[in-house]
Amino acid sequence: MAKRIDVADLDIYYGSFKAVENVTLAVEPRSVTAFIGPSGCGKSSVLRTLNRLHEVIPGAYITGKVLLDGEDIYSADVDPVNVRRTIGMVFQRPNPFPTMTIRENVTAGLTLDGARRSKAELEQVVEKSLRGANLWDEVKDRLDRPGAGLSGGQQQRLCIARAIAVEPQVLLMDEPCSALDPISTLAIEDLIEQLKLNFTIVIVTHNMQQAARVSETTAFFNLPAIGQPGRLVEIAPTEQIFSNPGEQATEDYISGRFG
Amino acid sequence: MATVGSGKFERSTSLLQDALAGRRLPRWGVGAVGLTSLLAAYLLNVLTVVDGVAGTFLVAVLLFVIGQTGWSFTVEGRRHAVDRLATTTVYAAFLIAVTPLVAVLGTVLVKGFPVFSAQFFTTSMRNVSPRSEGGGLYHALIGTLEQVGLAALIGVPIGVLAAVYLVEYAPEAKSRRLSSAISFFVDVMTGVPSVVIGLFIYTAFILTLGLPRSGFAASLALAILMLPVIVRTTEEMLRLVPRDLRESSLALGIPRWKTILKVVLPTALGGIITGAMLSIARVAGETAPLLLTTFLSQSINSNPFKGPQAALPTFIWDQFTSGTDASRARAWGGALTLIVLIMILYAGAKVIARLTGAKKS
Ligand SMILES: Nc1ncnc2c1ncn2[C@@H]1O[C@H](COP(=O)(O)OP(=O)(O)OP(=O)(O)O)[C@@H](O)[C@H]1O
Ligand SMILES: [Mg+2]
Repeated sequence: MAKRIDVADLDIYYGSFKAVENVTLAVEPRSVTAFIGPSGCGKSSVLRTLNRLHEVIPGAYITGKVLLDGEDIYSADVDPVNVRRTIGMVFQRPNPFPTMTIRENVTAGLTLDGARRSKAELEQVVEKSLRGANLWDEVKDRLDRPGAGLSGGQQQRLCIARAIAVEPQVLLMDEPCSALDPISTLAIEDLIEQLKLNFTIVIVTHNMQQAARVSETTAFFNLPAIGQPGRLVEIAPTEQIFSNPGEQATEDYISGRFG
Repeated sequence: MATVGSGKFERSTSLLQDALAGRRLPRWGVGAVGLTSLLAAYLLNVLTVVDGVAGTFLVAVLLFVIGQTGWSFTVEGRRHAVDRLATTTVYAAFLIAVTPLVAVLGTVLVKGFPVFSAQFFTTSMRNVSPRSEGGGLYHALIGTLEQVGLAALIGVPIGVLAAVYLVEYAPEAKSRRLSSAISFFVDVMTGVPSVVIGLFIYTAFILTLGLPRSGFAASLALAILMLPVIVRTTEEMLRLVPRDLRESSLALGIPRWKTILKVVLPTALGGIITGAMLSIARVAGETAPLLLTTFLSQSINSNPFKGPQAALPTFIWDQFTSGTDASRARAWGGALTLIVLIMILYAGAKVIARLTGAKKS
């Protein structure tokens, strides 16, 4: 089910400001691809173009192509709602819907899309998704309590459960662990290991060890200079990036000699 | 061994306390200054020109501020003295702010409560002369409930939708004309006196369209009065909903309108309901627009679409201007009823907001 993504000649704009330019990369199915790079170089922006979330910001647009299994997701007859259904996303800060219970949070993507589903079917989805997010044992007795009452790490796993409940084929994660403690981070990294069996995963991280631990492929982005658009410096197997990078800038960044 | 150790320990903690604590006023200090000030003010009242309860109290407060700050300055030093002065000022400001409120509530309660009776709430003023006791405000209560209810039915949805447009859709619209026009008119409407709105409805609805006076005409005027408050508070509340929440919903493949309806609005619901209630409370007491649109009535008319209808504010005005003791008492009764009505609505809205809004753990 997992799909591959090909990005070609992508330029990203916020109004008249060009934030990222000339990105071409491929994301392999059933693997983890990590985006690393200094703050402001456009990692989140690239990630958000992959599920057409970039365009919800007023004035924001892109040029170039993003292909999902060969199909251009930016072609005129594609409905962004369907794209987002296929490509799920987890945000930096855990953000369960505050008016909903744990159960309602998990099923939100299903109950709010208009299609009718039986109660039993929803129950199944709740258990499967929460198990998939390694959260089931912790919350199975309080599914009807508010999602906002969980700890930060639990909330983030709830958000992952919410994202996988709609059965996307790709999962985008924007610094999913940056607000979490080491234990919760480990739990999420374990989870990513399991999820990649079924999903294509793209993760943005500032944590070099994390990128090395979880990803097969790493893409390094950089800002040539302040005020200029960010660029993709190189994308290669993670091992190679961390042991024998092709560019001096990459080596400087991962060895901490950056600046 | 143990005793020596603990002795050392005690001495070092007391040294530490000296270093950290400094010299403070005794616990009973504030109370003592307060009592002394009151006593001194009372003596001044008896012996000299200071007169009346309010005057005495004012003098007592002044003495208290001077006494406490001065004492504190000599014992505790400048920083604590300033702290105490600021604390006293804040408390005094709070008291000054709530005094009129409590006074109004108290007066209305004392004067209005005696006329409350089963008859007062179940009969109208039909065939009751201003001079005689008895009669009631049933007709006015019905009128107010219907007029304000209809006004809310018209005003709340329009106001909330306008705010949703301003916050959710306007920023990406090609032209800013519509949103700046809405914002401009909302600002202008906030400042237009209610009597002008009443005149507008009178001219448009009754003179131009030739429709009869009715409770509905009053509702239209009240709805226009409610709009700016609802638009502005809803706008504020929607802006408080984090961008992340909208984006997570969109990222699940939930369509835009459903994201607004099921995620954004519920998250902001508590504040929206409070804003709507404030606007309802505000218009429930309006008198001038009612006189121009539905005028007065002494008898029961439960059809808001036909003929003059009474309402609580016009009932109060009418009874008060009749000028007899009996009618004045009824006016106070009407005022108390209006206040209680608004309080009930407010409490109800709070309960609804709590049941439907953000779930607390
Ligand atoms: N909503 C926005 N409006 C305008 N400019 C934006 C917006 N979001 C991001 N940018 C700009 O786009 C550029 C790339 O930002 P982006 O958030 O993609 O960086 P990032 O690599 O994710 O950084 P970080 O590691 O700090 O999250 C930055 O110059 C940023 O200022
Ligand atoms: Mg980012």
